[in-house]
Amino acid sequence: MEVKPPVPQIPAPVWTEFKDLQEFEKYRQHRADDDKTSNALTSIADTIHHMPGGWIMTTGTDKIFNWARKSSIWPVTFGLACCAIEMMATFASRFDVERFGMVPWASPRHSDLMIVSGTVTIKMAPMLKRIYDQMPDPKWVVSMGSCANSGGPFRHGYHVVKGVDRVVPVDVYVPGCPPTPDSLMYGLLKLQEQVAHFQTTGERLPAAADTK
Amino acid sequence: MSPLTAADAAARLREQLAVEPTVAGEVVTVTVPPERWQATAEFVRGTLGCMFFSFLTAVDWKEQGLEILCRVQNLDTPVTVALRTRLGAGNEHCPTLTGIWRGADWMERECWDMFGVRFDGHPDHRRILLDETWEGHPLRKDYAVDTPHAPYR
Repeated sequence: MEVKPPVPQIPAPVWTEFKDLQEFEKYRQHRADDDKTSNALTSIADTIHHMPGGWIMTTGTDKIFNWARKSSIWPVTFGLACCAIEMMATFASRFDVERFGMVPWASPRHSDLMIVSGTVTIKMAPMLKRIYDQMPDPKWVVSMGSCANSGGPFRHGYHVVKGVDRVVPVDVYVPGCPPTPDSLMYGLLKLQEQVAHFQTTGERLPAAADTK
Repeated sequence: MSPLTAADAAARLREQLAVEPTVAGEVVTVTVPPERWQATAEFVRGTLGCMFFSFLTAVDWKEQGLEILCRVQNLDTPVTVALRTRLGAGNEHCPTLTGIWRGADWMERECWDMFGVRFDGHPDHRRILLDETWEGHPLRKDYAVDTPHAPYR
């Protein structure tokens, strides 16, 4: 019986070891902390929040805004591979996420959510990052399928980004290869829960870790 | 005139080019040195009528060097010719087939992309699948699969 050599283990990313660290810094994952306007708005909201009685105003407006946000999440259609077929099925009439207010939109500038459905190659990653940067704040990302979560079956290949969270920050990971429309819908409902808890101060819930 | 068979094709190759083809089913395999690569290809296209360029790829035999192989078909008769050439250790240059089959263009670009074979005389010798700034050729045996690609790896 032939014994196969073990699959080489990919070490955890240690960015300091890279020769072109400056380039990495340029594309580094960032949220509003690099955004001066968002920082100013956040500090204003913080000030109001900590004034006597101010929390009523901030939490009240947060509730209204979050209700509006979670009721009309427009995902930008970023289909990359076979997961996109399941994503299309989710958008189509049988599963019909439009009853949650989700309209697949072909423009990042009108969208709140990016569903990364499929394998992200190293060549595609800068384009993905650019489309993510074009989306207005607040924005969310759903990583759909094993490839986008971790590289999936191509994790040990030469050309695949080992998880889209190395390019953009991810809010919900949907497992599966590919995930069924039901799985994606469950992930989108988990995302709605997160959106409902979004605060003006910019804090978010951690990524949903629900294995049910 | 009876249609060309694989045995006929092998016989013609043996007579006119003095090579030793092997026949397996309808596939005639010809192994030539790189100097006779283009002449053999012209013969196969012109005389044997193999107009359809199926594919071109390479094999990395490690210390023995690279081997280029391509497969062309005669669509009128069941004859397929597989051309092979050994470049030899350390040699990365091979004559191009783009002047003979237009379809060889992108195949040779892919071969350059993946194996690092230089096709002399190719009109548009760039990478085709990978990024322009990619370092190395991934399907070589000595390519480390886990080569980091900053910033994304």
